[in-house]
Amino acid sequence: MNEVIRLEDVWVRYGDIVVLEGINLSVYEHDFLGIIGPNGGGKTTLLKVILGLVKPVRGRVTVLGDTPERSRRFVGYVPQITLFDREFPATVLDVVLMGRLGRKGILGKYGKEDLKVAYDALESVEMLELKDRRIGELSGGQLQRVLLARALVANPKILLLDEPTASVDEPTKTNLYKLLKKMNDKVTILLVSHDMGVISSYVEKIACLNRKLFYHGSPEMEGEAVEETYQCPIYLIAHGFPHRVLKKHKRGK
Amino acid sequence: MILWEALQYEFMRNALAAGILASIACGVVGALVVVRRMSMMSGGISHAAFGGIGLGYLLGFEPIYGALAFTIASAMMMGFIRERTEISEDSAIGILWVTGMSLGVIFIGLSPGYAPDLFSYLFGSILAVPSSDLAVMVVLDAVILTVVYFLYEEFLAVSFDEDFAKASGVPTERVYLILLSLVALTVVILIRVVGVVLVIAMLTIPAATAWQFSRRLNEIMLLSSILSVIFTIEGLWLSYIFNIASGATIVLVSVATLLLASALKKIFQ
Ligand SMILES: Nc1ncnc2c1ncn2[C@@H]1O[C@H](COP(=O)(O)OP(=O)(O)O)[C@@H](O)[C@H]1O
Ligand SMILES: [Mg+2]
Repeated sequence: MNEVIRLEDVWVRYGDIVVLEGINLSVYEHDFLGIIGPNGGGKTTLLKVILGLVKPVRGRVTVLGDTPERSRRFVGYVPQITLFDREFPATVLDVVLMGRLGRKGILGKYGKEDLKVAYDALESVEMLELKDRRIGELSGGQLQRVLLARALVANPKILLLDEPTASVDEPTKTNLYKLLKKMNDKVTILLVSHDMGVISSYVEKIACLNRKLFYHGSPEMEGEAVEETYQCPIYLIAHGFPHRVLKKHKRGK
Repeated sequence: MILWEALQYEFMRNALAAGILASIACGVVGALVVVRRMSMMSGGISHAAFGGIGLGYLLGFEPIYGALAFTIASAMMMGFIRERTEISEDSAIGILWVTGMSLGVIFIGLSPGYAPDLFSYLFGSILAVPSSDLAVMVVLDAVILTVVYFLYEEFLAVSFDEDFAKASGVPTERVYLILLSLVALTVVILIRVVGVVLVIAMLTIPAATAWQFSRRLNEIMLLSSILSVIFTIEGLWLSYIFNIASGATIVLVSVATLLLASALKKIFQ
């Protein structure tokens, strides 16, 4: 299997504070990897490292066999929804087209092809009808789907999602995961979240992040110690990495 | 009618032309300034211009070129401070603001003789715009419109979500420097109309008013340019009738319209 993301002994610091400590991670083609961990555990930072937006103070990051900067155009990014200006003057379509920025070149204009791809992506997340809505007028779930469409129009090989279900109700969550599952044939997916409710029934591999990354085979800690440190139930990772606990789980029920 | 009568004078025709040329720049760049929340930044850059104006007096060259040099230099400095240092943008703006003004005052104090049109650089002198300045304004407008045409999508994306834009391969640092430079050029154009002290008003009020009635950035740009032309003509007309300072009148007319528009929007929503 092809290794598409590789982190070797990656350390990140903000000022004096160590946010990521000695992270080793391998993600393979067509993986659907979930990383869970408490707020402030460094999940967003980890994704930014993979995108080359945050520079590690130590360690090596390889994406598709190259530096993060050079591989950026093959990586789709769905950032965590943060507070943004609800009055921001852009429509849903304007925002989705931003995913084509890297393709059109800095002095270029969006063309017919860009529009077509944007319409298709909006269709696939069932948001085409609202394409002329102002971006600030959407609900949390609608906004999340638009941001997913924006990442998809770049036709990425790797998709990074940051808390994609944070402000979304249960049915929407399930739909979103089903949609991701469907796309998983074509793209490698890495999803981070502090919410392990639905995540565990869809992803194939899980790791826990709280400054350090813990996955099956990590040395040094066992059972309750892991649950305390990572605030992450041990049964999710105990049986193997990679593993498919919840599939087994479901059958057992 | 009084306006037509006034237009028989060349200085009035020049004033009108200057007002329209300035409105194009402040409408387009003002939209970017308010959406990106850079009004204080543009205040800093415009006050830095005063240092260049003072240097012009001291060394005996046309002060507006001093203003151009100082605004561009301060735009570059702000970009550098943001990317390469830990100094907060807020403090950097304050420092730029007072340094520009202080340098200006000292340079003018050192200049031989009296500076007769100093007041006009501070508060504008749209009634005294020479034709040569109009030519400079046309060139600056052309540069601004060309750059905004080519970088529109990048400006929009960087204002909405800088991390995403960067992750999509947009050179965000350079785009920001270019945006600051556009603000600098606009400031130079506006100094003639409303002066160093009031520039911030023309960069923000028409755009903020337009924003209340627009859904997209390009709509704000268009509407705020139109509003700015209207404010300028209204202000000119009132200042001609009552024989009061034109720059300040234009600004007060704009403020009144902004307040009125906000009130109307509240009522009709
Ligand atoms: N730009 C930054 N400057 C300083 N500290 C930061 C910055 N971004 C994040 N941090 C800190 O790094 C830690 C990890 O943050 P983050 O990666 O956002 O965690 P998570 O996404 O898991 O909630 C937090 O303690 C946060 O306060
Ligand atoms: Mg986060």
